[in-house]
Amino acid sequence: MYLRHGAFSYLPALTEDEIAAQVRYALLNGWPVSVEYTDDPHPRNVYWELWGLPMFDLHEPDGVMREISACRAAFPAHYVRVLAYDARLHRQTIALSFLAQRPAAEPGFRLDRSESGGRAQRYGVHSYATGAPAGARYHGAGYHVPEEP
Amino acid sequence: MTSQETGFAMDRPGVSYGRGRPPEASEVTAPAPLGPDERVDLHAEDATTKVRAVLDALDAELVGLASVKARIREIAAMLTVDRARARFGLVASKPSLHMSFTGSPGTGKTTVALRMAEILHALGYLRVPRVHAVTREDLVGQFIGHTAPKTKEALAKSAGGVLFIDEAYYLYRPDNERDYGQEAIEILLQEMESERGDMAVIFAGYPDRMETFFASNPGLSSRVAHHLQFEDYSKEELTQIAKIILARDNYRFSTEAEQAFADYLNRRLSMPRFANARSVRNALERARLRQAGRLLGLRGTVSRDDLMLITEGDIRASRVFSEPDAVPPGEAR
Repeated sequence: MYLRHGAFSYLPALTEDEIAAQVRYALLNGWPVSVEYTDDPHPRNVYWELWGLPMFDLHEPDGVMREISACRAAFPAHYVRVLAYDARLHRQTIALSFLAQRPAAEPGFRLDRSESGGRAQRYGVHSYATGAPAGARYHGAGYHVPEEP
Repeated sequence: MTSQETGFAMDRPGVSYGRGRPPEASEVTAPAPLGPDERVDLHAEDATTKVRAVLDALDAELVGLASVKARIREIAAMLTVDRARARFGLVASKPSLHMSFTGSPGTGKTTVALRMAEILHALGYLRVPRVHAVTREDLVGQFIGHTAPKTKEALAKSAGGVLFIDEAYYLYRPDNERDYGQEAIEILLQEMESERGDMAVIFAGYPDRMETFFASNPGLSSRVAHHLQFEDYSKEELTQIAKIILARDNYRFSTEAEQAFADYLNRRLSMPRFANARSVRNALERARLRQAGRLLGLRGTVSRDDLMLITEGDIRASRVFSEPDAVPPGEAR
């Protein structure tokens, strides 16, 4: 299952130049850019691991691209996303977030339904990848990776 | 356009949807090189025009420095020719843009660095005409593991522009072999070596100490292509600088004040810690202070001319005249 996460997720995967252009756009807006990674991309998992601190006072995307490359090299089978934070008063939130890397094989999620009081139906989302311990996910160990259609 | 081309598709079981498409060959190829019989007018190029504008601005803005200006013209000419060669498909190794500026304080090293960034940008070697000025504190850390991130951060901030390392010799402390400065130098070297890097590193500092700095880091010295030597200004040039500064700020000397300022320079030049143009600017700054005090002490009204005029008294009240051994405040380094 192709994970749709963040901006541009319904577009083809961004090339390096396109990522650099998006980072440049964020920097031109004065948004510090940071890099995060995870192997638990559950929709409710909003806090991914920080790859270093946010990068302040940059003008050109080179420094960010270097950090993205370093993060990919360290976590070749993780999701890596790029965040741009708008610190202006009244906004103070993530202004742009998009994936810069995804694992080769993504087993996807299972929808869990459970009964609760008064025949109410409760739903949960279960990531197949979390069957393996953190750090060992998305390598094809511990679960069956469906063939690409 | 189909979803195959755009990669845009909703999830449909059994259908392969786009995972990005590689850039097509037609999109990435550079313009075809010129044929061997074609001719290029170096002076008609847009970049050459821009470079000439910057060089003219440099001439207008900076007094003296003839040798530096000549070197900058040479460098600009070489880079322009390199560009033209590239258009014919002639292979040229990527020119080294790293430089060292050595000269006494106040000889215009920072100003020239700004202009240099503009020239390199006009010629397309830098993405932005920006200068990121750093000193030892911005590059060297306080403890183990602190230096590399700091240096890399400085490099990231100056990406695509000029990294201007002021008083670069402080990076290297020969008396302390565990100093982290060496680590910063190694990271800088790595970055200066890299082919993809489109940044220029300028090392600046006072001549004698830069000499020892480069002597103790031969790897660094050989990777710096252009060594520019900034000479001290002569007395005439300093007078000219003073006039330019005054004219820019809408002030002027009276005839006697001009003579007094020449006397001032004579005395000041023989004193220690003379910082060329910076000392001149500071001296004028203090003359303006005294002029303001004098005008406020007057009873009655002042004219526009009074507000612009710096008189002999404003200059002669300087401590340089009363205490020959005193160094004017603010110039003790």
